[in-house]
Amino acid sequence: MAAPTLRWFCPGRRFAFARVGCGSCHRRGPPTGSTSNGKRGQSSVAQQPHITAQKPRKGECEWAAVVGLEIHAQIASNSKLFSGSQVRFAAPPNSLVSFFDASLPGTLPVLNRRCVEAAVMTGLALDCHINRKSLFDRKHYFYADLPAGYQITQQRLPIAVNGSLAYSVCVGRKPSQMVTRTVRVKQIQLEQDSGKSLQDDLRSQTLIDLNRAGIGLLEVVLEPDMSCGEEAATAVRELQLILQALGTSQANMAEGQLRVDANISVHRPGEPLGIRTEVKNLNSARFLAKAIDYEIQRQINELENGGEILNETRSFDYKLGCTVPMRDKEGKQDYRFMPEPNLPPLLLYDSGSLPSGADPQQVIDVDQLRAQLPELPRVTRERLVREYGMLPQHSCALLNEVGLLEFFQNVIKETRAEPKKVTSWVLNTFLGFLKQQNLAVSESPVTPSALAELLDLLDRKAISSSAAKQVFEELWRNEGKTPAQIVAEKKLELLQDPEALERLCSSTLEAHPDVVMDLKKGNPRAINKLIGLVRKATLGRADPTAIKEVLERQLSS
Amino acid sequence: MWARAVRLRAAARGRRGFTSKADSQGSGRVTGELIQHLERLSLVDFGSQEAVARLEKAIAFADRLRAVNTDGVEPMESVLEDRCLYLRSDNVVEGSCAEELLQNSHRVVEEYFVAPPGNISWSKLDEKQPFSHR
Repeated sequence: MAAPTLRWFCPGRRFAFARVGCGSCHRRGPPTGSTSNGKRGQSSVAQQPHITAQKPRKGECEWAAVVGLEIHAQIASNSKLFSGSQVRFAAPPNSLVSFFDASLPGTLPVLNRRCVEAAVMTGLALDCHINRKSLFDRKHYFYADLPAGYQITQQRLPIAVNGSLAYSVCVGRKPSQMVTRTVRVKQIQLEQDSGKSLQDDLRSQTLIDLNRAGIGLLEVVLEPDMSCGEEAATAVRELQLILQALGTSQANMAEGQLRVDANISVHRPGEPLGIRTEVKNLNSARFLAKAIDYEIQRQINELENGGEILNETRSFDYKLGCTVPMRDKEGKQDYRFMPEPNLPPLLLYDSGSLPSGADPQQVIDVDQLRAQLPELPRVTRERLVREYGMLPQHSCALLNEVGLLEFFQNVIKETRAEPKKVTSWVLNTFLGFLKQQNLAVSESPVTPSALAELLDLLDRKAISSSAAKQVFEELWRNEGKTPAQIVAEKKLELLQDPEALERLCSSTLEAHPDVVMDLKKGNPRAINKLIGLVRKATLGRADPTAIKEVLERQLSS
Repeated sequence: MWARAVRLRAAARGRRGFTSKADSQGSGRVTGELIQHLERLSLVDFGSQEAVARLEKAIAFADRLRAVNTDGVEPMESVLEDRCLYLRSDNVVEGSCAEELLQNSHRVVEEYFVAPPGNISWSKLDEKQPFSHR
């Protein structure tokens, strides 16, 4: 199942939605480190003259990029994967460490039930096949933050395989031009997190904190079905939303609960895949797409200049905005995988295979977990579009901010206004104010009830929409007043007396014969001037459309 | 010239990384290059000809397993494979023993363990004379 490949043009062009020739393929961008000369083995990308199959334009050359991801998500559980020490973000160093986490001799791993459930739920949400039997293995390597000298993971037979993740990307200039792409989920496995090391270069030493050592991780491996940084970032975002909806991980990248490694290679369309590099340390949502695109461009530049790509591990330097090779990678790592001798196979059951009389605490029923799955983001978005008639990008926006959907639904519950009005107010006005002051929804000074009341006033035509905005600003100041009180205080109610409006209109017409003359001469803007004058006379308490109606009637008679 | 290396039994199938060249009935000899590689991977010092000889004897001993016909037999993964994997409830029952744990460490800085920079120091290995091997 080949994913549509995104064509890359060299050297500076990012997206090839429109075919644009790039003159001559000269070198562009910063020179990339040392170019290796000498042909060690075969380069899988031949150096062809720059002619594409379809439209040979002089100097145009085409590349396809391939991106796969390995995502590590910290499981939201009270205790660690194989021990009973606490999982918490900030704590005094080494205070959340048990004897097992410190790898003292004589300690044994004991599997946390909650972590298994989290893995199964995530597998089900990603349409994976759940392996009824999965195995634990040891992956050996030496590093100071791995006290045992090995990590317990699931290399031979992971808990879930062969799923898919759907995400939407924008393919045109308009936000409504969205298409759905899918990326295959190769597998999901349970594994231990390592501790944290702090480099003290001054004293040439490393400080080790094992609080994080042993925390349960879900490793989600995405096949190389993505072709650029944006697709990868969107897929990661969707996975984040799914994990948060399931409650299996808080997936907060800033707190290190979601870490991404990318495998990136480039090749010419129709030719075999190129040599890939692994880019680690992509721990910021903001820089994920940037880093991947940089690496793609770096590889293209390198190959364009006759160099070759080394199968190496690189790291993204946020300050410099580029990928750099990671030191101390001597040749290929040999992890000496072996079965974890202290853990029997992990067996899962379903309603058909549950052993009778078994302790419910000791068996996990996949069917029961499936029945308990909450609504997934994709389903929620579709439901919002169906129920409230909103555009897909609006439903995306509602899900994109923590707590915003709940806020929206609470307003809907309490107001009589049309859903479209509510959507517009929540996404434009409310969200705008939040963003301006960098607040989370939970920190909002305006409650759903307050906004609902305001929208009711608007719906009843008790106030104009500009007055409503004023009221909203007042509400934001959080002085404890209700919308009705603010309207009364500031005298923002719309003029309800039609006769008063008629009188004001006719008096305005009498007072400004020159403008009336202007209008009769055919100047269309004159009417706006008249409306403005009437509005001033009403102290802003009349609706412009109503004013216009009355004026036109009076003028024509 | 490549001395023939004995294939070390890989415990897991589909192992990533290094796989040594092998012939099915090895001569039982372990090359110097392989010893160096093993020493780096495991940080075990082979140290002497005797140790290598012992290793070769151990490999030969294990090789006798090949005499058994295992066609159609599902490989055993572990001696525990019939046991039940115990599932623990997600409660916090351990931790808060930083002081005790830090006592195990040679060097400590303010409740952090202290380790040499980067990876495990190989200065000891590098200083050693390259162990010559037949």
